[in-house]
Amino acid sequence: MTGGEAEFRTITGHRGLDHEEPLIFEQGAVGRSGVDFPPAPEVTERLGGVGRTRPIGLPGLSEPQVMRHFVRLSRKNYAIDSGMYPLGSCTMKHNPRLNEKMAALPGFADIHPLQPESTVQGALAVMEKLAGWLCTLAGMPSVALSPKAGAHGELCGMMAIRKAHEARGNPRSRVLVPESAHGTNPATAALCGYRVDTITAAADGRVDLAALREKMGPDVAAIMLTNPNTCGLFERDIVEIARMIHEAGAYFYCDGANFNAIVGKIRPGDLGIDAMHINLHKTFSTPHGGGGPGSGPVVFSAALAPFAPYPAVVCRDGRYCLVEGPESAGASADSFGRMVAFHGQMGMFVRALAYMMSHGGDGLRQVAEDAVLAANYLLASLKDVMTASFDGPCMHECLFDDRFLKDCGVDTLDFAKAMIDEGFHPMTMYFPLVVHGAMLFEPTESESRESLDELIAALRGLVAAARAGGSEHFSGAPRLTPRRRLDETRAARHPVLRWQAAEGD
Amino acid sequence: MRYLPLTRADRQAMLSVIGVDHVDALFCDVPRQGWPQGPLDLPDHASEMAVEAALSAFAEGNLNAAQAPFFLGAGAYRHHLPATVSHLIQRSEFLTSYTPYQPEISQGTLQYLFEFQTQVAMITGMEVANASMYDGSTACSEAVLMARRITRRQKAILSGGLHPHYAAVVRTMTAFTDDEIVVAPAVVEGGEELAGLIDRETSCVVVQNPDFFGNPRDLTGLAEAAHAAGALLIVVVTEAVSLGALESPGSMGADIVVGEGQSIGNPMNFGGPYLGLFATRQRFLRQMPGRLCGETVDSQGRRGYVLTLSTREQHIRREKATSNICTNSGLCALAFTIHLALLGEEGFRALATLNHRRAVQLAERLAAVPGVAVLNPAFFNEFTVRLPAPAGPIVEVLAGREILAGVPLSRLYPGQAEFDNLLLVCASEMTGDDDIADLAEALEEIVK
Amino acid sequence: MSDRRFSQDHEWLAVDGDTATVGITDYAQNALGDVVYVELPEVGARFAAHDEVAVVESVKAASEVFTPLGGEIVAVNEALADDPSLVNSAAEKDGWFFQIRLAEPGELDGLMTADQYRSFVEGLD
Repeated sequence: MTGGEAEFRTITGHRGLDHEEPLIFEQGAVGRSGVDFPPAPEVTERLGGVGRTRPIGLPGLSEPQVMRHFVRLSRKNYAIDSGMYPLGSCTMKHNPRLNEKMAALPGFADIHPLQPESTVQGALAVMEKLAGWLCTLAGMPSVALSPKAGAHGELCGMMAIRKAHEARGNPRSRVLVPESAHGTNPATAALCGYRVDTITAAADGRVDLAALREKMGPDVAAIMLTNPNTCGLFERDIVEIARMIHEAGAYFYCDGANFNAIVGKIRPGDLGIDAMHINLHKTFSTPHGGGGPGSGPVVFSAALAPFAPYPAVVCRDGRYCLVEGPESAGASADSFGRMVAFHGQMGMFVRALAYMMSHGGDGLRQVAEDAVLAANYLLASLKDVMTASFDGPCMHECLFDDRFLKDCGVDTLDFAKAMIDEGFHPMTMYFPLVVHGAMLFEPTESESRESLDELIAALRGLVAAARAGGSEHFSGAPRLTPRRRLDETRAARHPVLRWQAAEGD
Repeated sequence: MRYLPLTRADRQAMLSVIGVDHVDALFCDVPRQGWPQGPLDLPDHASEMAVEAALSAFAEGNLNAAQAPFFLGAGAYRHHLPATVSHLIQRSEFLTSYTPYQPEISQGTLQYLFEFQTQVAMITGMEVANASMYDGSTACSEAVLMARRITRRQKAILSGGLHPHYAAVVRTMTAFTDDEIVVAPAVVEGGEELAGLIDRETSCVVVQNPDFFGNPRDLTGLAEAAHAAGALLIVVVTEAVSLGALESPGSMGADIVVGEGQSIGNPMNFGGPYLGLFATRQRFLRQMPGRLCGETVDSQGRRGYVLTLSTREQHIRREKATSNICTNSGLCALAFTIHLALLGEEGFRALATLNHRRAVQLAERLAAVPGVAVLNPAFFNEFTVRLPAPAGPIVEVLAGREILAGVPLSRLYPGQAEFDNLLLVCASEMTGDDDIADLAEALEEIVK
Repeated sequence: MSDRRFSQDHEWLAVDGDTATVGITDYAQNALGDVVYVELPEVGARFAAHDEVAVVESVKAASEVFTPLGGEIVAVNEALADDPSLVNSAAEKDGWFFQIRLAEPGELDGLMTADQYRSFVEGLD
């Protein structure tokens, strides 16, 4: 419990099922490989005199060594399959394995993006079908599938908006972003050549309409709003906001990171949105894979549809075709161009479509309802011991701040680290920036009531422990993990970003 | 519904704890206009069996590379994936884990990222690499933006041998700033001269090696010309396996190396997900976009890994970030790391050699087809041939015969007649003697 | 020390003739946490009063450092490249950031004295 207990030491340094595993570079040997090849044909090489002369330095390992290395590494990772990740705005829902099985079918995995269209009609049909589902769910007529991630999708939406303004002769200069916005929003606006102007939040956590009205002007190109917002609250004035924006000749970009709260139940298009990116790796269960890959298709209103990027899939006389550039049949002359090589994250499209078809319209509506129910259940079960930042119901995530830890000697970080020993991945910490020591919980619809009750019990217990003055329990956490707290200062002051052979090797 | 654990009883009990009668009460902030009139026009939920049948039918509607002699490259490549790779990336702890923001419970992810960064730096001959980007084309445009930040100049010169999609992406990403993008004309046979275009306003020269048409070259002279003018050399590698056989861009003087890592560990997947490689010199470290994994120690003094130098990134710098990028290509980077770990020095060199020599055999056989000329004096595993008639229709006819003959350049240079008869063909370690014979014989018949 | 001046952004200036040495205060370094990197301006660069001149980074945040007065940068503290922790251990001494030749030395009067800064900081908490 407290410091001072002698750690049980083993001879090997391994601790039962938790193995200490060196780098592959520390295990390599010459003359070893985990792959066999047939002998290369005897031909005269034609490398133009730039054949490699120096060794690379890659380590040689056999297949069993490689297998054991990565299996041991995997066992040091927390995962959705092992426990809940109540990370706000990340939507860490279950990743169905059917999706993996479908994506691995050779008919999807083993096809090249530039094969003749006649040989990939099935793939193009999948893209068109996914596009249809996304448009129907969003209530919007058009979608660009090519962005490779959410932030990439934001860029897609904002570039279409800029192109739309330029087509009218004036790109304008400002983009309005709430102070609670995720960092990608202002970063994206800046990449499109816009100055970012922040709108303060009202006391209820939503956009302050008066503050917005004050910032409006003919030089405003767009607003970038997340809805539900990053505090887990639905922007109840969204229709009025859309009206104000459109009246000023600007466009409404919606960050769709929190779509899970409303999917299948409420359509962003009905609220006046002009462009919204959808994170397939959040709302539609494509796996997070330790940090990626994602996929960020963008739905567009009729006003912005002509400015969408290439490529797009169209169906003409029963045949699917790709519109790949200005010379393709059916191309829009106003498209802002191509933002990535090839067509987008097909592997994620297959997974997302499998998920959508499995749930159906009825199941997706249930997803949103259960997600919102679960978050409100957490809120209702914890607000007597933790400080909820805003009154009233939340959407799919609930926000607390660190007021309940005042004078305990425990901060949000310490509290989160103690959750780890209890078997939970912590919630999102210190975001959004609008409250102090933010703790944002998003349980998702994938958690059983038992699992939610377990989290509630753990959190209530930790609050009690903090209040009872056990700050050491928190500052020394986590204790039961493969590594204790790591020195991030040292990593940043003296960056070591790769293994290096010792001099003379 | 099999993915939703809450029962009706659970929902009732939870509503009661919350203190409302119906879940719609929790949606009270949604304005009237937000409530659809009726259910959405979508089918109802379906069993795993039904979804599997439907999607399998779509999959069967495609001709895949295992079903036909296959010769496409042009930025996406078909290589053999060892079973170990596919198995390991499907492990729960890799597949369903999140970004390693809590390093104590993510050492698996962090260690393989550290290994990945090291591998990428090694094969490119550079000093430091990031934890991956979305793909080669976006990595390329990020490199151009990085060169602008470093040199504070705004003119980028793109080689005519740069993949047309990559060039298009660079143009799109710089459309709203004051950058000038100069695109040199394509020189299909190789031997492009770019040095003459470099001046004191040039931020960078972007050159692909081997180039889009297949030509590999020594870039040392070009690096010197760029550096003499205070500009950076950015080298793009679309076929990562080529780094096993060719001199590294780093040894030739590159300042930034970007590439597509799909060839190592990842299937073609009809265009994504792919894997952007990004490597540079130590002195440019703080201008490098993307995630970085660094070594450190924990409170017990044991070596461990963390994401580091995050202050370059969007979640901290917001509008002053080096990029807006949030995700990397995690699982694809893992697949790359595992595959390259299996290959090792000898396996990687052997794989590259096999690719090249198969391509040499392919080139010799195609050059023997009357009317067909191989245009590259040198290549790695893909090269350009000139056919006696437009390549697009020929490729369609061959596809009808279940031969996937390569990429007609008209697909990537539409409306430019000088490319109409050109075909980009690629061989790999998977190209068999029968495949080569089938293609050559079919061509001989068609061009007669 | 007594002739030092302070800005509301928690910078200090030590003036010698028409040149001022500028750093951030101990209060500021404490609020930042462990400093991991300092991005310094180029020698010779010119700035107006209140321009952003440097960036100080901790692990989780990056903060702008402004020049309270306008002028030309004549020196930067190279020691911070190897040891950014100087900002934490000696913010008001060896952890200085840059030296600036002031365009308008008279503008110094608009800045706070040490006593005024102390009161200002007390009012913040």
